Amino acid sequence: MAAHKLPRLKIAAHAAALTPLAVLAFQYWHGGLGPDAVGETIRRTGRYAIVLLILSLVPTAVKLITGSGLLLKIRRILGLYAFGYVILHLVAFAWLDYGLDLQFLLPALVSGRRTLAGLSSLVLLVPLAITSTTWWIRRLGKNWGRLHRLTYVASALAVLHYAWTFKEWRVAPTAAGVILLLLLAVRLPPVAGLLARWRGR
Amino acid sequence: MNKIPPSEITPEHVYLNRRKFLLGLGAAATSLALSSCECPQQAEPQPATAKPAAAESTAEEPAASTKPPQASAETDELGDPLSSFYDISSFNNYYEFSLQKTDVASLAKGFHTSPWEVEVGGLVGNPQVFGLEDLLAFGQEERIYRMRCVEAWSMVIPWNGFPLHKLLEVVEPTSDAAYVRFETLYDPERMPGQRSSILDWPYVEGLRMDEAMHDLTILATGLYGKDLLPQNGAPIRLVVPWKYGFKCIKSIVKIDLVAAMPDTSWALYAPNEYGFYANVNPKVDHPRWSQATERRIGENGRRETLLFNGYEAEVAHLYDGLDLKANF
Repeated sequence: MAAHKLPRLKIAAHAAALTPLAVLAFQYWHGGLGPDAVGETIRRTGRYAIVLLILSLVPTAVKLITGSGLLLKIRRILGLYAFGYVILHLVAFAWLDYGLDLQFLLPALVSGRRTLAGLSSLVLLVPLAITSTTWWIRRLGKNWGRLHRLTYVASALAVLHYAWTFKEWRVAPTAAGVILLLLLAVRLPPVAGLLARWRGR
Repeated sequence: MNKIPPSEITPEHVYLNRRKFLLGLGAAATSLALSSCECPQQAEPQPATAKPAAAESTAEEPAASTKPPQASAETDELGDPLSSFYDISSFNNYYEFSLQKTDVASLAKGFHTSPWEVEVGGLVGNPQVFGLEDLLAFGQEERIYRMRCVEAWSMVIPWNGFPLHKLLEVVEPTSDAAYVRFETLYDPERMPGQRSSILDWPYVEGLRMDEAMHDLTILATGLYGKDLLPQNGAPIRLVVPWKYGFKCIKSIVKIDLVAAMPDTSWALYAPNEYGFYANVNPKVDHPRWSQATERRIGENGRRETLLFNGYEAEVAHLYDGLDLKANF
């Protein structure tokens, strides 16, 4: 039973993470992204990256709240897809929008806190993606967990980057920020301890 | 006080017919030259000829809106191609309808712009209420302008309209008038975006007197030879091509001449990010992003943003001695 459940959950995670990409690719090639196809591709890959980054924080939160570690099986999948969309987001920005023109691209990457926040988030995610394999988890031992706390910083920077994209205050980035804060709050030792005691009763 | 608006004096069908006739002449004259119009996307939703559409048209739907888009040139003066009518009419920053640029057109569909009045007053010797037909009587010349959004994208748009100074001369500004203040319609019933308080409605914009009197500054009533569509700011909007797009206030109902610099919507919302001047300037970045380059809608790759959006020769003298960084 358990052996049967596991792949199904993983298959669902893969499918859910890949579907928006398939839709995006189809619409891109068929001119279904509206007049600003380049901008729309950048916006969508960014949005998917943020959603997956936040989702990758859910399994641990669920474990802390309910005690069920079931979702931990798909945590790596969610994290890696988040990183994949971050890379696609950067590729769309650098290649589709800037035509890989370094003369314009390099200054743009480091000017303004919007791109700086996004770029820093990406840079922080690189070591996390590299060390996501079982081999690295064994090798790093306790330090793996410490290293992967960088997700919190990367996610927060990603949400700031998202919020700073708009001229005005928006619901979506604010909601993302609130959800992120809640997911991080349950990890705080006092909160996690309280939850554990509450579950134990 | 009980002034009868001119739009009620001229029966609607009379001025509509007059416009239909004039536009018909224009269409006939240019249709031969336009056989190679390269706008495949917009050709689709429109009838191949104006005939069947003209037969269907009612008083509410002037024939002009069913005419194929037409412009006197295929490029701006720099040789860059015009944005397609489809792009211009389906990618719109118009928060009175939606924050989502591609949703504005459908939400603005059916927005009534007739009758329409623009009240011009303040520090003037001859305050007036203009009906739309009075404004059209100022003439309609074509102006192909680049439009640079503060969000770093751009288009090239063939506007039809008339210089603002023509209207200002009629109302006779007094010597105290130093600025012009514009106001968009406030009607949350018809403009669903105004139901949420993103900005302090109605939208307000302003120009210094010399900017307003500059010949490049126009009030646009059409584009591509057609009546302005609601998503583009129908029936009348401001176009100041050397400033960021948000200065180009849409669906204007009020123009006041004032003594002090007016508080404008975006400058009120975030005074450190959006200034009163808002001149396009690649060297003055938005606090959160670079303004050095722009994405021309429909193109891959970036273009360098030009000082004053490429109208430096015409307008730079207006700002002699002004610190453009401090007065962003």
